[in-house]
Amino acid sequence: MLKKITTAVSVVLLSALTACGSGGGGGTGSSGDTITMGFAQVGAESGWRTANTKSIQDEAKAAGIDLKFSDAQQKQENQIKAIRSYIQQKVSVIAFSPVVETGWDTVLLEAKRANIPVILTDRSIDSDDTSLYKTFLGSDFVEEGRRAGDWLVANVNGPTNVVELQGTTGAAPAIDRKKGFEEKIAAKPDIKVVASQTGDFTRSGGKQVMEAFLKSQPQIDVVYAHNDDMGLGAIEAIKAAGKVPGKDIKIITVDAVKDGMTALANGEINFIVECNPLLGKQLMELAKKVVAGEEVPARVVTEEGTFTQEQAKEALPNRQY
Amino acid sequence: MKNRLLWPLLALVALLLLNLVVTPSFFSLRVQDGHLYGGLVDVLKNGAPTLLIALGMTLVIATRGIDLSVGAVAAIAGAVACVHIGTSDSAGTAIVGMVLALALCALLGLWNGFLVAGLGIQPIIATLVLMTAGRGVAMLVTEGQIVTVNNTAYKQVGAGFVVLPTAILIALLVLGVVAFVTRRTALGMLIEAVGVNPEASRLAGVRSRTIIWTVYVFAAVCAGIAGLMISSNVSAADANNAGLWIEMDAILAVVIGGTSLAGGRYSLTGTLLGALIIQTLTTTVYTIGVAPEVTLVFKAVVVIAVCLVQAPKARAALSFRKVAVPS
Repeated sequence: MLKKITTAVSVVLLSALTACGSGGGGGTGSSGDTITMGFAQVGAESGWRTANTKSIQDEAKAAGIDLKFSDAQQKQENQIKAIRSYIQQKVSVIAFSPVVETGWDTVLLEAKRANIPVILTDRSIDSDDTSLYKTFLGSDFVEEGRRAGDWLVANVNGPTNVVELQGTTGAAPAIDRKKGFEEKIAAKPDIKVVASQTGDFTRSGGKQVMEAFLKSQPQIDVVYAHNDDMGLGAIEAIKAAGKVPGKDIKIITVDAVKDGMTALANGEINFIVECNPLLGKQLMELAKKVVAGEEVPARVVTEEGTFTQEQAKEALPNRQY
Repeated sequence: MKNRLLWPLLALVALLLLNLVVTPSFFSLRVQDGHLYGGLVDVLKNGAPTLLIALGMTLVIATRGIDLSVGAVAAIAGAVACVHIGTSDSAGTAIVGMVLALALCALLGLWNGFLVAGLGIQPIIATLVLMTAGRGVAMLVTEGQIVTVNNTAYKQVGAGFVVLPTAILIALLVLGVVAFVTRRTALGMLIEAVGVNPEASRLAGVRSRTIIWTVYVFAAVCAGIAGLMISSNVSAADANNAGLWIEMDAILAVVIGGTSLAGGRYSLTGTLLGALIIQTLTTTVYTIGVAPEVTLVFKAVVVIAVCLVQAPKARAALSFRKVAVPS
């Protein structure tokens, strides 16, 4: 038994040695013809995220990029571990969606020293040193908020009372979607946000907050929810209050996941701003450029649209997520 | 005993009055589609899962234990039920799904009980295992997705009404049964005996091990029912967020209710009050419009205040001053 273990250990050690050797010989590690990408995903917390993962895996295959994928289960320490292991494996490029905004400087500095370019996807980081990553590919959350605001300004007349269901307090999407929305509705003083609370991006959160709003606010015309799930929770609360969601109270949400789109097609939501998870293709293109040493813009915005009820009915059968 | 419950009761009344002052319509009740509708009804409905879990927790804490895994168990219950129901709208499937979920929860309770009573591991560590692993299990069941169901029967458990919300009726029924079984028989006294001194009670002929085992199973089943309520309330199972941190709320409810964390003495009425205070607090935050950035501080201040007025030393200091000032 002991002998077996020793053999196993020495095999592992040997292979590690040769790996180091080949890495050293290869210089920056990206000299081969195939690009290796290490991707550290946040987790699989929602349909949105799963679609995001699938898009990245499929597009990597299509682009002939060797993908090393890891799931951090929403924990920063797991993501840091994954990035460190990618650095040790000398991948050509590292991409990841940071779980939180801060605390990345050390590990990204290690990547920089190892000459491995880093691409941020979907979420940004909060760091003074912008040389730590090549580019950030993701949605513009402020723009999403603006689109929601635009639709409201164009589609209501007279005094309008809005209640807002915010995302997790302090999360970038929550801060930015609120900001963009407020920017646009400022143009129409008739539109007022009468109450704003966090529903933590969850259905139960959205429902519970909406129940309280329905009792404390004498008049609610519009609900603006920072994601579909909270909007879906609000629909339940509105129904329980004997009102018709989409008619008595208009609902605007952000994301466009399947359940949200179904509710939109059924007329229970009025407008959804898309937050596109299918950024795999754009990511692979960026990765190729970065590895080839080409200049890339520091900020790349994903392609996304908006949906009205009619558009949702058309788009629903072909949705991937 | 009555005196001990006075402070939590006053805290609850104060919170409700605060709501009344800020939102005069808070207490107004009307009948909507054949059931009661109003702010107080919401407090009862949304507080039911916390109350149920706190009930299980009360008995566990009375045996000088603690169960951190209840939130994860709640998530598993919702996940199992929703995955079983799938797209079906039949009441039969819903019932089978719920029975399956509760059976699995009982099994998880047996596991906790085995670690604590069988292997003698510290309860906080033993249940931490399932607290961490349980969400993983729930994620595995749902394959990481939010599972949405559309089942009329299932919806009744958490969002339905029989004049009052079904959820609170179930929770009160469980409260009634527990009160009857532990206070009308010797069981309550035996639980307290185990909490005071497990070894002494074993020597005195109390089957401590069986009792400890039973309370963990009971806590897990309570958590399971609560999990069904949480998931049924929104007709979806969210493995990541369902019942997240509810173990903390439950422990807090038990403590506010005057049950000692050192075990040996518990109050079910206190737990009921504690759970209601916690839910009223949450609802108050939404109704009076406390900004999300300061919500946690607001809650902390209220909780600290409630705990302080209950602390014998703080109360002694307060009454001392009353006497001292005139002299």
